[in-house]
Amino acid sequence: MLLREKLYGKTYEFGSVKEVLAKANEEKSGDRQAGIAANSVAERMAAKHVLAEMTLETLRQNPAVPYEEDEVTRVIQDAVNETIYQEIKGWAVGEFREWLLSDQTTDEMIRRVSNGLTAEMIAAVTKLMSNLDLMYAAKKIPVTSHCVNTAGLPGTLASRNQPNHPTDSPEGIRAEIYEGLSFGSGDSVIGINPVDDSLASVMRLLDMTYDVIQKWNIPTQNCVLAHVTTQMEAMKRGAPLGLVFQSLAGSEKANAGFGVSVGLMDEAYAMAQIYCGPQGPNYMYFETGQGTALSADAHYGADQLVMEARIYGMAKRYKPYQVNTVVGFIGPEYLYDSVQITRAGLEDHFMGKLTGIPMGCDACYTNHARANQNDIENLAVLLTAAGCNYFMGVPMGDDPMLSYQCTSYHDTASLRQLLRLHPIPEFENWMVDIGLMKDGVLTEKAGDASFFLQR
Amino acid sequence: MTAETLDIEKIVQAVISELKKQGVNGKSGTVDAVQSTNGKDIDLPDPTTREARFRLQVEHPLDPEGLRNLRAATTSRIAVGRAGPRPKTNTLLLFQADHGITQDSIMGTVSDEVLAKFNLFSTESQATDRQEYLLRPDLGRKLSEDSRKIVTERCLKHPNVQIVVGDGLSAAAITNNLASIYPVIEQGLKAANISIGTPFFVKNARVGLMNDINEVIGADVVIILIGERPGLGVNDALSVYMGYQPGPGKTDAQRDVICMITANGGTNPLEAGAYVVEMIKKMLKYQASGIELKQKLANE
Repeated sequence: MLLREKLYGKTYEFGSVKEVLAKANEEKSGDRQAGIAANSVAERMAAKHVLAEMTLETLRQNPAVPYEEDEVTRVIQDAVNETIYQEIKGWAVGEFREWLLSDQTTDEMIRRVSNGLTAEMIAAVTKLMSNLDLMYAAKKIPVTSHCVNTAGLPGTLASRNQPNHPTDSPEGIRAEIYEGLSFGSGDSVIGINPVDDSLASVMRLLDMTYDVIQKWNIPTQNCVLAHVTTQMEAMKRGAPLGLVFQSLAGSEKANAGFGVSVGLMDEAYAMAQIYCGPQGPNYMYFETGQGTALSADAHYGADQLVMEARIYGMAKRYKPYQVNTVVGFIGPEYLYDSVQITRAGLEDHFMGKLTGIPMGCDACYTNHARANQNDIENLAVLLTAAGCNYFMGVPMGDDPMLSYQCTSYHDTASLRQLLRLHPIPEFENWMVDIGLMKDGVLTEKAGDASFFLQR
Repeated sequence: MTAETLDIEKIVQAVISELKKQGVNGKSGTVDAVQSTNGKDIDLPDPTTREARFRLQVEHPLDPEGLRNLRAATTSRIAVGRAGPRPKTNTLLLFQADHGITQDSIMGTVSDEVLAKFNLFSTESQATDRQEYLLRPDLGRKLSEDSRKIVTERCLKHPNVQIVVGDGLSAAAITNNLASIYPVIEQGLKAANISIGTPFFVKNARVGLMNDINEVIGADVVIILIGERPGLGVNDALSVYMGYQPGPGKTDAQRDVICMITANGGTNPLEAGAYVVEMIKKMLKYQASGIELKQKLANE
C-alpha cells in the first residue's frame, strides 16, 4: 500500500498506517519521546492529508496491536456492528469528519454509527479536527448514564467530590466532603483515592461515605478508588459500594502493568450487578490518560492518542456510569505544557463521547509541567462548552494526597453559574430542599462546611 | 449568635475597622496586618505560616466552633469561604504563591558555594538544559561524555560507598538540606569504617544515574541525594535513593529510598542521614538492596 503526499513540492512517504497515524498526531512530548512523532510540521501536515483520504476499512484492518496478540484489540473488533460497518467502511476519514460536523447529522445518527467504529477510526478522525471541531462535535453527542442519579443530561455539569487525605483520616476526609457538598460538589460521585489499599481501610472509607450519604439522604453514589480486586473483596463482604473503579490502559500488556485483564474486569462487572446497592444499571467507573501505554513500554509503536482511544473501546464493554481522562497527571515527558494538555483534554473528551461512553475529565497538571491553574481553568471552560459530563472537585484544586492540582469545589460552582448549567437534577433538587441552592445559584448558606454538622 | 460572639477573628476584624474609622494608627504591635492610615505603608505578616493557613475564612459560619474542628482535621484548603462562587482574594493569592515557589525551585540551580562547602565537583547528565531534562528522562539517567571522563579521572574506584548529589526537580532541596544531612552520612560511615569514594554533583540528574555512574566507579553501594518534584508550598523535599551494586537494567525495585526529607513538615534531615547510614550497613552486610534486601531481612 502506497501512502504518499506531495506538499509544497516535497514528497513525503509513510511506511505504514501506524506511522501515518503517529505522524498526523498533534505535537505531544510522549510521541517524541517514543521516537514516532513527525519530524517537522510539514511532515505532520502531509500525514494528515494522507489520513484524510484513508478509508475506515483500512483503519479497521490495521489495529495498533494485532488481533491475535491483544485482548483489547479483540474486545473492540468483536464488538463492531457489522451491518453498520458495511455501510461506512468506504468513508474516508476526512469525509467522516465532515459528516460528524454536518447540520444534517443528528445525535441519533452518530450514536448508531458509533457502534460500527473501532478505536483507530475514532483516533484518526480526532487527528483531523481542530480544537473547536472537537468541542462542537462532542457537544452533539450527549451520553447519559444512571446509577443512583442520572448523569450526562444536556444542561448539566457534575462534580466528583474528591476528598483525598494524605493519611486517609476519616475525620479529614469527612470535613472535605462537607466542604465540597456545601459548594454543590458530589453529584457525580463521592470518590476517594486511598493511600492505603488494604481491605480494612477501603471498607472503613466506604462505610463512612455511605453514612454521610444516608444521613443527609444525598442522591449520589460513593466509591473508593482502590485496586479493583480490593473492591471486589469489599463487595463480597457486604461493603456499601456505589461504583466499582479501575484505571485502564490501551493494550493487554499495559493493563497487565495495572494488574488487570479483560477476564478480571468481566468478573468485576458481573459482581457489580450482584452486589452494588444503587438502582443502576451503570455501576462502573474508569480513569484513563494519554501516555500510560508508553510508560509501561506497551504501546507497540503506536501514538498515545490511538492507545487512549483503545481504552474507551474497552471501557464501553462495561457500560460505565462514568469515565474520565486524568489529562495532565502523567507529567511533561508525555504532555509538556498547557497547549498539549488542553489539546489532549479536548481530544479525550470527544473520543469518549464518539465511542459512546459518559465522559468527564480530570483537568489537571503537576508542578513540573509547564502549566498553572489558569490553564486548567481555561480547559475547564472549553470542556464545559463541549458538554463534558463532570470534573473533579478538590479543595482549592490542591490535592495533598496525589500531589497535583486540578479543578476545585469553587470551579464547578463557577462554571455552572457562568454557563447557566445545573447539577445533576436529583442532586439539584436535594440542594434546593436543604437550602443550599435556589434558581440555579448557590444560596448564602452555601460554601460553609459546618452546615453539615446539623445532623 | 452566642457562638458568633466567641469568634476571635471577627472581634479582631471589628477592632481593626473601628481603629481605621477613628483614624487611629494601629501600630500597637498586638494586631497584625494593620495598615497605616496615610495609605502608603503596607507591612504584612507571612500568610504561609501554619496558623495563617488554618484561619477560618467563612464569613458567617453556621457553627464556628464546629468549623474550626473540621478545619483542624485536614491540611486541605477548606473553610476558605467564597467571593460569589470564586475564592476569596487571600486564598487565591496564597495558592498562587504556593505554586510559584515550586516553579522557582524546578527552574533553580544549585550554587557553586553550596557545592564548594562539601568539596563536590560539578558534572552533568546528557540533558543539556532544563527543558530537555523535563522532556527526556532517559537523558537524565546518563552522564555526559565529558562528565564521564572527569568522573573516571577524579574519582576513587571500588569504594564501599559512592555518594552522588543531584539537583533532580528541586535545587532548593539540595541548597536547604545538604548542610544538615551530608555530615551525618559522612561521619556515620567513617565511624563504621566504611570507605567513601570521591563525592560529586550532577546537574539535570535522574535517579537512574546511579546505574550509569557505577559502571565507572564500581562501588558496593551508590547513594544519590536528589531533589523531589515540589509539592504546593513545600519546594525543598529531598530523597535519598540507595542501591547495592547498581548497574544497567536495575530499577526502583532493587533500590531503597527515604523521601520527603525537609525541615518544612517532612522527615528531619539529621534523622534521615542516620537512617541512610543504617541502610547502607544492612546493604553491605546482606549484599542486597530493595526487594531482595527485604526478603533477606524477613528470613532472618
